[in-house]
Amino acid sequence: MIAFAVCSVLCLLGLSLAAIGMRDIRAASAIVYGASGVLCAGLVVVGLRVLATQADAESMRVPVGLPWLGAHLQIDALAAVFLVLLGTGGAAASLYAIGYGRHEHAPLRVLPFYPGFLGAMTLVVLAADAFTFLLSWEVMSLLSWAMVLTHHREEETRSAAYLYLVMASLGTMMLLLAFGLMAGAAGGYEFAAMREAERSPGVAALVLGLMMVGAGSKAGLVPLHVWLPVAHPAAPSHVSALMSGVMTKVAVYGFVRVAFDLLDPVVWWMSVPVIVAGAGTAVMGILFANVDADAKRILAYSTIENIGVIFAALGLALAFRANGMDVLAALALTAGLIHAMNHMLFKSLLFMVAGAVLTATGRQDLDALGGLIHRMPKTALLALVGVTAIAALPPLNGFVSEWLLFQAVLQSPNLTQPGLQFLVPAAGGLLALAAALAAACFVRFFGVIFLGRPRTNMARDAAETDRWSLAAMAGLALLCVLAGVVPGLLIDLIAPAIDLVLGARMPAQADNAWFTLVPVAEVQSSYSGFLVMVFVAISGGAAAAAVYRFSSRRTRRAPAWDCGFPDADPITQYGAGSFAQPIRRVMAPMIAARETVIMPPPGDMGPARHSVVTEDLAWTRLYLPLSALVGLAATRLNALQFLTIRRYLALVFASLILLLTGLTIWN
Amino acid sequence: MDGYAFDIAHLLSGSLVLVSFMMIYQDRIYALLNTFAMQAVVLALAVAWQAFIQGAPHLYATAAIALVFKAMIVPWALHRMVARMGIQRQVETVTGVVPTMLAGMGLVALSILLMLQLTAAAESALAREDLAFALSVILLGMLMMVTRRNAVTQVVGFMSLENGLILAAAGAQGMPLVVEISVAFSVLIAMIVIGVFLFRIRERFDSVDVETMGEFRGDRP
Repeated sequence: MIAFAVCSVLCLLGLSLAAIGMRDIRAASAIVYGASGVLCAGLVVVGLRVLATQADAESMRVPVGLPWLGAHLQIDALAAVFLVLLGTGGAAASLYAIGYGRHEHAPLRVLPFYPGFLGAMTLVVLAADAFTFLLSWEVMSLLSWAMVLTHHREEETRSAAYLYLVMASLGTMMLLLAFGLMAGAAGGYEFAAMREAERSPGVAALVLGLMMVGAGSKAGLVPLHVWLPVAHPAAPSHVSALMSGVMTKVAVYGFVRVAFDLLDPVVWWMSVPVIVAGAGTAVMGILFANVDADAKRILAYSTIENIGVIFAALGLALAFRANGMDVLAALALTAGLIHAMNHMLFKSLLFMVAGAVLTATGRQDLDALGGLIHRMPKTALLALVGVTAIAALPPLNGFVSEWLLFQAVLQSPNLTQPGLQFLVPAAGGLLALAAALAAACFVRFFGVIFLGRPRTNMARDAAETDRWSLAAMAGLALLCVLAGVVPGLLIDLIAPAIDLVLGARMPAQADNAWFTLVPVAEVQSSYSGFLVMVFVAISGGAAAAAVYRFSSRRTRRAPAWDCGFPDADPITQYGAGSFAQPIRRVMAPMIAARETVIMPPPGDMGPARHSVVTEDLAWTRLYLPLSALVGLAATRLNALQFLTIRRYLALVFASLILLLTGLTIWN
Repeated sequence: MDGYAFDIAHLLSGSLVLVSFMMIYQDRIYALLNTFAMQAVVLALAVAWQAFIQGAPHLYATAAIALVFKAMIVPWALHRMVARMGIQRQVETVTGVVPTMLAGMGLVALSILLMLQLTAAAESALAREDLAFALSVILLGMLMMVTRRNAVTQVVGFMSLENGLILAAAGAQGMPLVVEISVAFSVLIAMIVIGVFLFRIRERFDSVDVETMGEFRGDRP
């Protein structure tokens, strides 16, 4: 199995090189995307086989890299879960890109990086030593950076890419320190050696903190999220889908691998920052999604929210495990991993929808769209599945993972520490708020884009997207429904991974009647997505039949909303800003929203103006001062460029004396 | 024999440190050059003594190089150049002599503390003392380079630093390539002396004060 996975990685990397030479071939993008899709599907098969057969970990040592270390690769159940996730996301994005790539005006700017990016992400998941992990992590960051820069002529794209590069460097540096600490003085860089190593709780806490910054900056934990809403939308849509849907999950994988598999001991208080950061991220992310008016930025902010949910689940699992409640920890970790899987499905789907809308209309600001359900009915239907799933409505998959997470939250009275007993329900409250806001956000997303009347000519003249894109979206939508209706299969599938890292698993779900989920015990709670779907179908169908049967069948046409404005402009419709206003006003302090109204004086015929500014407090209060500080330090240190020889010597001399003195005191 | 050998080696290395201190308080260039020549002679003696007690004949070559090149040729050449080029004969210091001397004492204390700690596991007391003295000479040489403005005194400071390195290399028993190292350093010093004087920086800059050289660099804003 591992040989097959490694071959796929090599093929993907080789495909990157080959793509450079395909400059003159017309079908280059179809070839590259098609081959990437097939290889990704192969990875899914590998992952599924490892999970289904519950095979033991397979490892491999390739003699490349550091001479005394080599590259250690391993495929175990945890890696297999993420291989399935990555392969599914990659295959769908590749399928979509076969169609979408035709509309790109510069496809060659993406082609050489795309397969390599997939390959590097796979390698991160397969890596079994720190060096291979960090190297592939860096390749992943760099290649995705190159794809963010695709539309490099736009100033905003360039600054987004720069910000991404800075944040990626910060993250990798933290990972480097974390792995260095775990390897210890002996320098055991293989994961197997790290698992065995002994370390004090203080060191373990430091490693966990570094991992939160390192993996969190890639995944989008607040306040390390600032690059995500600018960089993800800047890339072409299939790349946005991969970055949001898959790359953030690779970061989650890194955190899970370290926090649950390699790191020991984890004491209960170490879970507190993870839970707090997760719940806070969820609320902040979805708040910004609610007030933003750009389709792809909304999706990127929603990614931040979902990452928050996942991290909250991981933190909860850490807390349960530290208390020795392995089955409950398995419940929380399952919720986290299933949510990661679900988020990959619906976020990729929604980014593809945004891409299809962008291709059809050329616009991605909500206030330029509207009424697309008439022009793009198939896309609209698939988008409806996606937004229902992401808004966590039953019977779709988003509900399953959030429900599992809340089941875990409800078990918090079993925790022995009063601090956690207090914190976890509070975090649960925040998560509930985030879920409600997510529903509001995606009502707005779908309503403004697809319903009502077109707000611009571009939206009026839109046409349905191509078949490849529709096929990819339909596949993801189908998986969303399946994962929602028969979640037990998915839970049983990833159970070996949970067992691997926790030594416990959730009760098997396959034998429950009606595909019912029973996370703890039947007397406490159970949920059957299948029955809910049947109920929704029957009641919805009956209601529709009743309406058609008992209402007048004749279609009547009458002026809509004809309250004194017979020729109402489409711009007077309830728009993105209208949806956002109540939430923006209520949450104004958190997003620093300011409204200004400029009224013309009486007698003046000029229009009144209303403007709204929101700002990301993390950006203005943390990043701008920090960058000002760095700039100031750089200016001051510039003086060091213009010293005399004697002063340079004096600097060298002073540092030498300082080091020698330090050495003396140390001894 | 052992105690006797140790005492003489100790005396010679200690004298080297003493001469380094003497170099710090010279305020005339000629006197400084003479003191440097004296330091080279002491170094030659110390290395020769090491050659004798270690029974390592190749160290005699190092001693000879020190004696001929550093105690005679270089001081003589510098004398001639200073005289012919009319370089200011006063040594321009950055700080006063007394603070410099105090700093020098601190450096000696630091190097002895450090070296005696680090080499606590070594058996030979001789090598330990020798290393401590050598580090003192190196640090004093650097101190001199840092606290003198004049290019000639900086060259002298560098050569004194290098004397400390040779002392360390000779004192450590069984250190390979000692002779080669000393030859290489001698060549390096010759290049620096040539660099300072053959290219006549005095004619271009009207001084061999290195502070003034900085003003002629193009990159100053």
